[in-house]
Amino acid sequence: MAEKVWEAHLVHRAEGEPDLLYIDLHLVHEVTSPQAFDGIRLAGRTVRRPDLTIATADHNVPTTSLDLPIEDPISKKQLEVLTANCAEFGITCFNRGDANQGIVHVIGPELGLTQPGMTIVCGDSHTSTHGAFGALAFGIGTSEVEHVLATQSLPLTKPKTMAITVTGSLQPGVTAKDLVLAIIGEIGTGGGMGYVLEYRGEAIEALSMEGRMTVCNMSIEAGARAGMIAPDDVTIAYLEGKEHAPKGEALADAKAAWLAYRTDEGATFDREVFIDASAISPQVSWGTNPAQVAPLSSTVPSPDDFADPAEREAAIRALQYMDLVPGTPLKDIRVETVFIGSCTNSRIEDLRLAASIFEGRKVAEGLRVLIVPGSHRVKAQAQAEGLDVIFTAAGAEWREPGCSMCLAMNPDKLAPGERSASTSNRNFEGRQGRGGRTHLVSPAVAAATAIAGHLASPGDLS
Amino acid sequence: MKPVTVITGRAIPLNRSDVDTDQIIPSDWLKRVERTGFGAGLFSEWRDDRDFVLNDERFQGASILVAGPNFGTGSSREHAVWALMDYGFEAVISSRFADIFFSNCTKQGLLPVTIAPEKASALLEAVTADPSLEITIDVARGTIEVPAIGMSATFTLEPFTTERFLNGWDDIGLTLRNEKDLTNFEGERPAYLPTTA
Ligand code: SF4
Repeated sequence: MAEKVWEAHLVHRAEGEPDLLYIDLHLVHEVTSPQAFDGIRLAGRTVRRPDLTIATADHNVPTTSLDLPIEDPISKKQLEVLTANCAEFGITCFNRGDANQGIVHVIGPELGLTQPGMTIVCGDSHTSTHGAFGALAFGIGTSEVEHVLATQSLPLTKPKTMAITVTGSLQPGVTAKDLVLAIIGEIGTGGGMGYVLEYRGEAIEALSMEGRMTVCNMSIEAGARAGMIAPDDVTIAYLEGKEHAPKGEALADAKAAWLAYRTDEGATFDREVFIDASAISPQVSWGTNPAQVAPLSSTVPSPDDFADPAEREAAIRALQYMDLVPGTPLKDIRVETVFIGSCTNSRIEDLRLAASIFEGRKVAEGLRVLIVPGSHRVKAQAQAEGLDVIFTAAGAEWREPGCSMCLAMNPDKLAPGERSASTSNRNFEGRQGRGGRTHLVSPAVAAATAIAGHLASPGDLS
Repeated sequence: MKPVTVITGRAIPLNRSDVDTDQIIPSDWLKRVERTGFGAGLFSEWRDDRDFVLNDERFQGASILVAGPNFGTGSSREHAVWALMDYGFEAVISSRFADIFFSNCTKQGLLPVTIAPEKASALLEAVTADPSLEITIDVARGTIEVPAIGMSATFTLEPFTTERFLNGWDDIGLTLRNEKDLTNFEGERPAYLPTTA
């Protein structure tokens, strides 16, 4: 499938040079774009296809009330510069407060801009999310952002392909997040390096689009720049009626083209991995990289459990940073903060799942619980369904959309030593605030943890 | 980027090895939204020291940096190259460069010149002793000449990189050579594909 999309976007191929690929959609946000726009100006160039480019503010935006001004002057400036650059070059921009604003990887799909067989790039590593639609989507650096702005294309070297086949079906209560954490635990943070991952098999086909996005989102945590899932009826049903999705006759053409991107029977991959979905239970990360995960029902591992000396070293450092003792049941770990949000788990389905657990219950005494919808559209939908009322009644904070505590570039941060259960994608040292300790979990585990006060699954609640 | 064929100018000696990108441009500078103006941040922590060579008036206006070995290690930040160029450097001479830094230089048009270690230290000494020394770097011929002291050295770049400097091609420039292919491709894109307009 990756191969087909690649070849369909080939603009120029020459011996001894990388392939030049056309880019169908370029997503832009405030942090990695200012210098790229500056470069365009300095070279006296223009943006080739503003109509294939879209911008939004997400990394920096505060998630507190829109009526309040932005306190950090540098964040404020970055947002202003984004608006000014987009105005200068004719790019549609959804800044803070716009009805379409949200995390860049949430708004692409919900606007129907992300479609099967497309090439999609963004100056952000979690661009892999869009692969859930059968698009070839990956993160790029600032120079490449400038390159795409100027030429709507990129010189690239073809990656290898890896099939991750997930057989069987997930047990009730086990989510897409648990599945992808288990996959990363299996292949490691470097396992996907140099590959495009293709997730396939019954368990993947059974996932909703939201679940598929959660899986593809975390491909980068396994080292892969992109992850893809073949388009099918679920994909088409999601896209139908979306603002930028094709309509009428164009839709018929598009459907045929989309389904043709599927990997042919008998195609070969450079590497194949098989995972049994039925063996997966709710997962939680115990360390400081997303491959350091274990079933929630197990205990904190000991460095001696790792045969590989590098892994053992990493485990020693991680346990020290996380302040954990080997052998402690994971469910005994108490947290101070719960964060439900990020481009991994902030879509409507994630919020519905969390709300179903919060309903009629109360957040544990003294716990801070932030619920940050992925976009204004998600927020509006959640409010139409009354989810916000459930959250606030339980004692959680219902916030404005943005990246928020996923990377702590806005004021939502952990204090040094503070521990969180988070539905985001990275548990690196200091990711959620200097000295903060992050446990990656699904929205279901996050919600149950918020109520129990310690890591817990919904089944543990009375 | 601008074509670079021959660079003639005076040099600043930076007699330190393993200078990393954090030292070239400290991370506080990464929050900036501009691409220009990084010259002020170049080696900013060292510049607080009055005796640091960049503060030495005799070297003002020099366009070539003569550095110690292993220059530009550390993070991949392109800001390091932007800072050197914004400060006014057109070339950096060292006996060894870090990979990513070297490639960032070639993307932005800052000429990285690798010469033999003994030549590099001789040059460092000569420039330190005489701030008015004129150096000429010829990209096509791959030579460095310091006529006043009768010194010369050679360097090599990948042929494709040499071409890029001589013609002023940056990656974008190279891609735009295929402008026709791009336009043709655009003419054939399926109509159902979305636009953001
Ligand atoms: S939510 Fe987190 S991972 Fe996603 S785009 Fe924002 S900062 Fe990056």
